[in-house]
Amino acid sequence: MARTISYREAINEAIAQEMARDPAVIVMGEDNAGGAGGPGAEDAWGGVMGVTSGLYHRFPGRVLDTPISESAFIGAAIGAATRGMRPVAELMFVDFMGVCFDQIYNQAAKFRYMFGGNAVTPVVIRTMYGAGLRAAAQHSQALYPLFTHIPGLKVVLPSSPYEAKGLMTQAIRDDDPVVFFEHKAMYDTTGEVPEEPYTIPFGEAETAREGSDVTVVAFGGMVARALEAADALASSGIEAEVIDPRTTSPLDTETILESLAETGRLVVVDESTPRCSMAADVAALAAGEGFALLRAPVQQVTAPHTPVPFSAGLEDLYVPDAQRIANAAKAAVDWSR
Amino acid sequence: MTETIPTDASRGLDPDGLLRAYRTMRTIRDFEERVHDEFATGDIPGFVHLYAGEEASAAGVCQHLDERDTIASTHRGHGHCIAKGVDVTGMMAEIFGRATGVCKGKGGSMHIADLSRGMLGANGIVGGGPPLVCGTALAAKQQNTGGVAVAFFGDGASNQGTTLESMNLASVWNLPAIFVAENNGYAEATASTWSVAADNIADRAAGFGMPGVIVDGFDFFAVHEAAGEAVERARAGGGPTLIEMKLTRYFGHFEGDQQTYRGDEVRNARETLDCLTRFRRRVVETGELTAERLDAVDREVAALVGGSVERARAAPAPDGADLLTDVYVRYE
Repeated sequence: MARTISYREAINEAIAQEMARDPAVIVMGEDNAGGAGGPGAEDAWGGVMGVTSGLYHRFPGRVLDTPISESAFIGAAIGAATRGMRPVAELMFVDFMGVCFDQIYNQAAKFRYMFGGNAVTPVVIRTMYGAGLRAAAQHSQALYPLFTHIPGLKVVLPSSPYEAKGLMTQAIRDDDPVVFFEHKAMYDTTGEVPEEPYTIPFGEAETAREGSDVTVVAFGGMVARALEAADALASSGIEAEVIDPRTTSPLDTETILESLAETGRLVVVDESTPRCSMAADVAALAAGEGFALLRAPVQQVTAPHTPVPFSAGLEDLYVPDAQRIANAAKAAVDWSR
Repeated sequence: MTETIPTDASRGLDPDGLLRAYRTMRTIRDFEERVHDEFATGDIPGFVHLYAGEEASAAGVCQHLDERDTIASTHRGHGHCIAKGVDVTGMMAEIFGRATGVCKGKGGSMHIADLSRGMLGANGIVGGGPPLVCGTALAAKQQNTGGVAVAFFGDGASNQGTTLESMNLASVWNLPAIFVAENNGYAEATASTWSVAADNIADRAAGFGMPGVIVDGFDFFAVHEAAGEAVERARAGGGPTLIEMKLTRYFGHFEGDQQTYRGDEVRNARETLDCLTRFRRRVVETGELTAERLDAVDREVAALVGGSVERARAAPAPDGADLLTDVYVRYE
């Protein structure tokens, strides 16, 4: 039965249900319980955003706090995954990947290929991304394109509580390394989520809204803004189809191209910076495989090629908003009206 | 050089154990010397880093390990692979880039692995292995297998943050992990006396709350004893140990290295410290093994390694279609 819960609770529920189902699932990260070694509560935090709250006492010995040593514990999660465990490790902010990226992209991602198919590394690396919390340049980036670039990794961007639970359940059951991107501004957003466990397959886009005038492909936290833009566009007679790919690796190119065949116009909305971004990736897809379908230039709506600024007014300018998305859609439609 | 042979020379090793140790070290030596020769023909592609000279370390540690246990290795990984039981013929084929290699020709010398043997891979990244060993040690602990995990790394990796973080994490989590620093005196072309800001790598153990031991890495029996204590402690829940092996690599950092940064330590080591020579002399003098039995091992190993080269040379290269396989378990 579905009830309304938050994005945070949906992720927590998926992890809890998988921990109950499979003793190989363990959780580790900085303050994932929160309170190790101190005189107070042993589970004071449940992760810096409370996502793993309550798991410590429900699953004794299976929620491990770590020192602030991302290389060591992300590597440990990867190593444990090669020996029959299914670790869910939290790399608190994706901005911190700089201190442990080797373990992810040179080790986990490559084991299966380098070892001739004789490795299975079912690790989930949860990480927080995105601007909007005034957290500035080193705690706000949307770095999923960097992971998408790496063969051997799967990259997941849930855009709602429903997706968060189904994709997390799939991520834990998946036999490949998965990097699971949680938008930090979405933890308190709510939506209908079934109580029972379910999975959402990777590489299958969701058509979040149907429309025949313009295709808007939006990733993760940008899906809600694209839907907002679509509502505004509808009032001026433009019907936008909003596609939520849900995973950037694998990427459901088929659904994107099918929609493009219908609309002939494409807007890609990506919170990351523009160079080598998902926007550029999808634009290249359209230019290559969808060239004959295009009736207008592809519009890329992204952050600028700058670090994320701190001051509120600047950060608000940085992140793509509904107005920019709507303007891009109008430009595409006006090109070939 | 003379040494007093203690009456407990075998230290718990029966003649079969001693033979196994000798066979492991001889196999590594022959394998590496043969790869050195084959590399010189130009038929082995890429980068190769040889372990010859350091055999006692891999053999003395891995003699204590079984199928519950895991090891992580380095770019200089052939010896660790052999000591952990990876198939020699498959290894040689891998180094030649053949489809019959243990990694189907897709890994090469720097990435030989056999997870079914608990061998987590040679590793092209200096310091790449210790975090992984924290993970396999954690798995052994969570699964109550009694298994231990060993990170072999060099003096170069002893300066990597990953290694230091891993030693800290292993102590914090009280993991059944053993950190084996093989200090062969040089990280590439840079002397460890210069790059390691401590008298000994083992001294760093104190900073991570674990025992640190310095061992003559040319002496199989010293290695075997120190590793035995560390493995026993780890299996009993006593946590990690750092062991520093002082030793010398007989070849360059990589094949082709002119080694102009070195003095004459290799000649000295070969003449006075060599692990195989010392092992042989000792077990023959104590009467635990005869020269004839050891000679027989030498012949068997020579045939095995020679055969591995013949088979590797005759083996097919990977098929072009293999380029795209085994990136994921499933991807669609």
